[in-house]
Amino acid sequence: MSYRLILFMLCCWPAIAVAGSKIIATGGVTTIEGNAGGGIVPWAVINGYASSDEWGVTAFGGRVGVNDFSLNSAGIALSLDNRWEFSYARQRFALESIGGSLSQDIFSVKYHLAGELLYTAMPQISLGIQHKRNLDFALPAAVGATSASGTDFYLAASKVLFHQVAGRNLLLNGTLRATKANQTGLLGFGSATDNHYEFLFEGSAAVLLNYNLAIGMEYKQKPDKLAFAAEQHWRDIFVAWFINKNVSVTGAYVDLGHIAGQGSQTGYYLALEATW
Amino acid sequence: MVKTVTLVSLCLVLLLGCSTAPQPVLYQRLGADEGINAIVDGLLFEIEHDDRIVHHFADTDISRFRAMLAEQLCDLSGGPCQYSGSTMQESHTGFNISLADYDALVEGLIKVMQRQQVSIADQNALLALLAPMYKDISYR
Repeated sequence: MSYRLILFMLCCWPAIAVAGSKIIATGGVTTIEGNAGGGIVPWAVINGYASSDEWGVTAFGGRVGVNDFSLNSAGIALSLDNRWEFSYARQRFALESIGGSLSQDIFSVKYHLAGELLYTAMPQISLGIQHKRNLDFALPAAVGATSASGTDFYLAASKVLFHQVAGRNLLLNGTLRATKANQTGLLGFGSATDNHYEFLFEGSAAVLLNYNLAIGMEYKQKPDKLAFAAEQHWRDIFVAWFINKNVSVTGAYVDLGHIAGQGSQTGYYLALEATW
Repeated sequence: MVKTVTLVSLCLVLLLGCSTAPQPVLYQRLGADEGINAIVDGLLFEIEHDDRIVHHFADTDISRFRAMLAEQLCDLSGGPCQYSGSTMQESHTGFNISLADYDALVEGLIKVMQRQQVSIADQNALLALLAPMYKDISYR
């Protein structure tokens, strides 16, 4: 699916029109879950470049490749007024060495509560909801998950601090998430012994080398509810290249820890995004 | 491990070394009066060609606006000027400047600074002084 989307985006390249009024890079990129943010952490920013009284559409496709697994994600988002973000993403997680695959749909809404990323002393603060539905629940059920769907809630705060690191601007983001998801929902939600929401921290820091290029790192705390295998925290180091307000490319080195009993999973993340 | 730590320390020393060296004030780095006037004129050109915001300037006395903005930038950036205009709240009341308008003006300013080859660090230093004015300028 993501390949088809990328192909579609490339074909549309010449037809791409002027985006909204927001400053380049301030919409962030799109996470594997379809929300504006980094690669794995949703930020308080609203996707794309729609400022007040404007609207925008963002489409993305991305692929994570680690030792024993791959994750293809693709999605689309509608942003209104730099206030609301509605998004849909489909993920397909392939168990390259074990065989088989798991897919899920993610429907999200984000609401920008307060603050402006660039202009107020208070960070930009947003509240988000992600509703996730497994399309293949046999394996998650077999390893102990109790539910094929779940809803995550998060509160994110993002701020750009000007002229910080060798005169460059610094973006900081902190996100607090309440979740029951096992491996972000790909292995279902909850377990017989632990079916409660957990509060987890996710953080990102990025330096904007110039208007078009950002480098940074992310950390995502994860729950560990399934008895069959330990789940570990995720982290990545990324480079995002905002070619213009219509196209961005993100590359990252990711460390996803142990997944489903398979040893240390490290590898790459590559994503392409288009904004109208 | 020791090698990595040494390398990281070396990089930090280099970075900090650059930023702590005595540096002329921002006013000088922007090219003093000449540089600031060029930024103001460039910004006026951008506003004139930006359909999103040009209507806000329909009744503006452009020559006074030009002089006041130059004086304000000189003052803010540490130059030998004293801003004599009205406060940002006063001068924007009734205009209902939106977030999109503010974004458009900042984008125009960035375009001008890029065109005039102001370094990224100096651009960011100026943006750091101007961005917080949002609360006094917007939605009044």
